[in-house]
Amino acid sequence: MLKLHLEFYKKLYLIRRAEEKIREHYSEDEMKTPMHMSMGEEAIVVGVLEAAGKKSQAFGTYRSHALYLAKTGESDMFFAEMYGKAAGPAKGKAGSMHIALPDAGVMMTSAVVGTTIPVALGAALANAYLKNKRVVVSFFGDGAVNEGVFWESLNFACLKKLPILFVCEDNDFAIHSRLKERLGHKPIAKVASQFYCHTDAASTTDVYEIYEMTRNMLAKMEKSGMPGFLHMKYYRYLEHVGVNEDFDAGYRARKELLPWMEKDPVKMQRDRLIRDGIKENAVLAVEKKIDEQLEKSIREAQKAPFPKKEELMQDVYA
Amino acid sequence: MYMLRSLTYEQAIAEALGQEMERDASVFVYGLDVADHKKIFGSTKGLEKFGPKRFFGTPLSEEAMTGVGLGAAINGLRPVHVHIRVDFLLLAMNQLINMVAPARFGSGGVLKAPLVIRAVIGRGWGQAFQHSKSLQSVFAHIPGIKVVMPSNAYDAKGLLISAIRDDNPTVFLEHRWLYWMEGKVPAEPYTIPLGKVRLVRKGKDVTIVATSWMNVEAYKAAEILARKQGVEVEILDPRTIYPLDKAALVRSVNKTGHCIVADYDWEFCGFSAEVAALVSENCFGRLKSPVTRIAFPHTHCATTRPLENAFYPNAVSIIRAVEKKLQLKPTDLSGEEFYSWENRFKGPF
Repeated sequence: MLKLHLEFYKKLYLIRRAEEKIREHYSEDEMKTPMHMSMGEEAIVVGVLEAAGKKSQAFGTYRSHALYLAKTGESDMFFAEMYGKAAGPAKGKAGSMHIALPDAGVMMTSAVVGTTIPVALGAALANAYLKNKRVVVSFFGDGAVNEGVFWESLNFACLKKLPILFVCEDNDFAIHSRLKERLGHKPIAKVASQFYCHTDAASTTDVYEIYEMTRNMLAKMEKSGMPGFLHMKYYRYLEHVGVNEDFDAGYRARKELLPWMEKDPVKMQRDRLIRDGIKENAVLAVEKKIDEQLEKSIREAQKAPFPKKEELMQDVYA
Repeated sequence: MYMLRSLTYEQAIAEALGQEMERDASVFVYGLDVADHKKIFGSTKGLEKFGPKRFFGTPLSEEAMTGVGLGAAINGLRPVHVHIRVDFLLLAMNQLINMVAPARFGSGGVLKAPLVIRAVIGRGWGQAFQHSKSLQSVFAHIPGIKVVMPSNAYDAKGLLISAIRDDNPTVFLEHRWLYWMEGKVPAEPYTIPLGKVRLVRKGKDVTIVATSWMNVEAYKAAEILARKQGVEVEILDPRTIYPLDKAALVRSVNKTGHCIVADYDWEFCGFSAEVAALVSENCFGRLKSPVTRIAFPHTHCATTRPLENAFYPNAVSIIRAVEKKLQLKPTDLSGEEFYSWENRFKGPF
């Protein structure tokens, strides 16, 4: 168990530190890609993806740094892509908003709200068709629930009993508009529960709790053959797009952040490790190793070559 | 040795689908009403034998179903998604243009999306402005997509098999009047390369580049012009809008010095403008007249027959354009029979 908790912490720390590094370097204007930061949501992807297992396939949004890092654990190609370099998984063509590594199960991420949901559905259909036992996880925000394609997709998944887990990461904001200004129906999970699928909801930053929730959900899904739906609340620490805070913008107050900071997912997991008997020095050693990994990734990405001009015309057709 | 039989266009499509599903277990066919008793004008007939896993109707969810095609394609399947009207495909333009088209590019060449989207286009009977469009120019405008428009049964089978085997997303546009057309079709599976024109008719006087149904109209016009005016028209069917066989079009126009583009779509910013630009860039010194475009006017198709007739160009529009180009006296068209819903064309042409 302690080993699992340490693994969780390594991933949470990797994600948090990678984004802190982005904040540190972004003003140098070498990472020329709009950043939608994951800070605050780390426990959701880490917990869900650990439960879904290595073989699972994940689809995400433009806010997918956490998803990518949780699923791949690597940061060399990640930063190469952020710096627009040829060594990135998409040779710099994707950047932050489309970061993916299909071979590692990070299939597609997208900058138009709701658009990867039906694609995840098709991947699940293929997995059922090929009987390969892979599960698909579709991550999307509360904004996507306002899109017609979300309802089309939920309907079809339930109709066809596809092996897909929908995860709504609800930070209350679609860009800057609150859920209550956008919702003409009962709470999302309640409406989803009227479909032929399993639903669960939580407002927690405890990675282990999320992991257990997801494990239970996947077990139910496997038994019944029905899809699953998780509604998870979190709080976005930084602005919608960009690396800064925006509590002076007027649409939300810093005091909203404070209770979430107290249960910050990274800090919480660190406290748990210490509480469970891991020595502070051992944690520091783990952190140091990850910091060094990130430093190296950034150094190499900065030095790496850009794609050649001819690359623009490549990969348009197979 | 090929065994040739006479098949209709719709039978040729159904045969191509059936043979590809037989050959490759990753091919499946889905879409609104594909499996009902009408079977999309008969073009999905016989596929029931593959079972509901590989042949199924869907909810009315065009956008999600297009995403399903993409997701299945990147996971190794070869989906064929069918729309009984191209107008319904417009509900899926977000998936098609934002997700399907750039899927390969955005993954740095890792993902491939071998997805075929069949859509029925064109004039029916009083179908007005939401059941009658073609839109090839819209689709061909988007990088990452191939656009195919077969104009006869032989091409329909060979091009559909090529599209299914192709690793790229392909929009496959079928004119509904062509479904009745018969042609000699080999019983065996065969492919026709995407990006090669078909020489419909050889001629020395005027080149006509015709798309989809306009090949039928052009062929009729050419036959009358040869008989009554002694003019030999050369007709080229691009068959695929993208990739476009530019070299073959340029070669023909350089030979005849005259070019008419008869495109079954709106004229403004359309495929006909693309061909006109191509000809201007490559045949400028050889042209004896400016390129003439015959296409839909900048308005909508109306329901009432006289306005519907006025909307769609036909063999007469082509004959008049050739007369003007070659400064011929008006052709006497009395006693000539032209196509209409009531006077269905069986072909071959």
